[in-house]
Amino acid sequence: MDEILEILEKDGRASVEDIAKMTRKKPDEVKKAIKKYEKEGAILKYKAVINKDLVKDYESEVRALIEVNIVPQKDLGFDKIAERIYSFPEVTSCYLISGTYDLLVVVEGKNLHTVSNFVAEKLSCLENVRGTATHFLLKKYKEDGVILKHKSHKDERIAISY
Amino acid sequence: MEISRVVEKMQPSGIRAFFDLVLGMKEVISLGVGEPDFVTPWQIREAGIYSLEQGFTSYTSNKGLYKLRLGIHRYLKNKYGLEYCPDEEILITVGVSEGLDLALRAIINPGDKILVAQPSYVSYGPVTELAGGIPVYIDTTKDGFKLTPKLLERHIDKKTKGIVLNYPTNPTGVSYRRKELEELNKILNKHNILCLSDEVYGDLTYDFKHTAFPTLPKAKDNTLYFNGFSKAYAMTGWRVGYVCGPREIIAAMTKIHQYTIMCVPITSQMAAAEALVSGKRSTEQMKREYNRRRLLLAEELNTLGLKCSRPQGAFYMFPSIKSTGLSSMEFSRKLLEEEKVAVVPGTAFGPCCEGYIRISYASSLENLKEALVRLKRFLEKIK
Repeated sequence: MDEILEILEKDGRASVEDIAKMTRKKPDEVKKAIKKYEKEGAILKYKAVINKDLVKDYESEVRALIEVNIVPQKDLGFDKIAERIYSFPEVTSCYLISGTYDLLVVVEGKNLHTVSNFVAEKLSCLENVRGTATHFLLKKYKEDGVILKHKSHKDERIAISY
Repeated sequence: MEISRVVEKMQPSGIRAFFDLVLGMKEVISLGVGEPDFVTPWQIREAGIYSLEQGFTSYTSNKGLYKLRLGIHRYLKNKYGLEYCPDEEILITVGVSEGLDLALRAIINPGDKILVAQPSYVSYGPVTELAGGIPVYIDTTKDGFKLTPKLLERHIDKKTKGIVLNYPTNPTGVSYRRKELEELNKILNKHNILCLSDEVYGDLTYDFKHTAFPTLPKAKDNTLYFNGFSKAYAMTGWRVGYVCGPREIIAAMTKIHQYTIMCVPITSQMAAAEALVSGKRSTEQMKREYNRRRLLLAEELNTLGLKCSRPQGAFYMFPSIKSTGLSSMEFSRKLLEEEKVAVVPGTAFGPCCEGYIRISYASSLENLKEALVRLKRFLEKIK
């Protein structure tokens, strides 16, 4: 992967100037490359990873991982029916996977009730959906490579050494 | 009680006092640390924990766990095409430090001279003296901190027994290309001088491929190759290093090792063995990160007027502070007191290093950037 992307993936706020110095490129070159990635959709967006457990006024949400079995459509396979599912705003992630079921759908809702309503009234009723199994998420330990535990980054090394 | 005269004479006390000053101060941004800022990769830590759970708490063979020596044998064969027999030509030591001490004690007879190119890591000279030898320092500051064939030739005499070479170098980050090493090796060969090659930063070489000294023509029989796990795998606290070399020297070193150390702690050896199996990816990731910081810092320091060439390895820079008119010690002390940024005065690495400081970029990018802001403010103030 281009080193520019590697740096941005770690720190979306890295400045063009710093990236240029770190990769021995000209700032203009870096700027152009980033614009190109944005245009082509390689860079989709920049966002903060928030540990919602630590946000005071955050109204907690319920998350569920739902295994969905579907009947693929002729000519279109799974894609069309997946689109119908992931277009619901309640769906935060949707993956086609191998194994005993077809789609893994991640759904977020205010409470248990809203999530089960979504499954019962929207998801299960879709033509082509053969069955679902809903797993409610109890605790998040690590997400997208980030460990969700607040650690003060204390340097344990002795402050000066040879 | 009268202390040994050799020990009495050791190490200028000024540096120690400065270190104490740093250690006593809170909230310091330290660019003075000689070890990685990463913690040991989890799979390596896990191997150490697992070995404890399994009850591996005994001594190992004096030479070190066979499994680890075999791993080192394979690592060197794959990486450099070097073949060392795990039974007789590899010894596991408590870091490279112990290995060097053993080697110098094993080869030195009273009056033997050991060459040390300066700036250099701090232990080479004192350990030579402890072993009854005479360190001969070679000032490389006028040659871009590099030992040249000319400099080398000029310092050799009949009593010269060995040379300690360290590349990439702590504190300068300078390293050598194969061609340069070949030239040095020719001279060492001609005079039958043993090369003690400390290559603990070898895996952290950025601009070209690292050359292991024993891979040079006719070098292997006259080289002790030192390496360890501290830098490449961020394992400083585990204290594991190793020496490879001619069997008669390794045997002599093992004699001293068995009386003084017995063996390296088994937990550390178990973890080190795992590092060789699965650590490569982590090393590569850390190296990429160091490299980015290196490029950023080299550019910023030059912009600030602290002249410094881009180092080729390790995680150190050795900029000149001569433009400020301050001595290394004054500069470091003032920077610490006024801006709470710690660096190591160059003079710690040899008297010829007056006018330089060592900056370590084994610190997060965030810290480095804050340190640069403070450094800039400091330089403007003392103008």
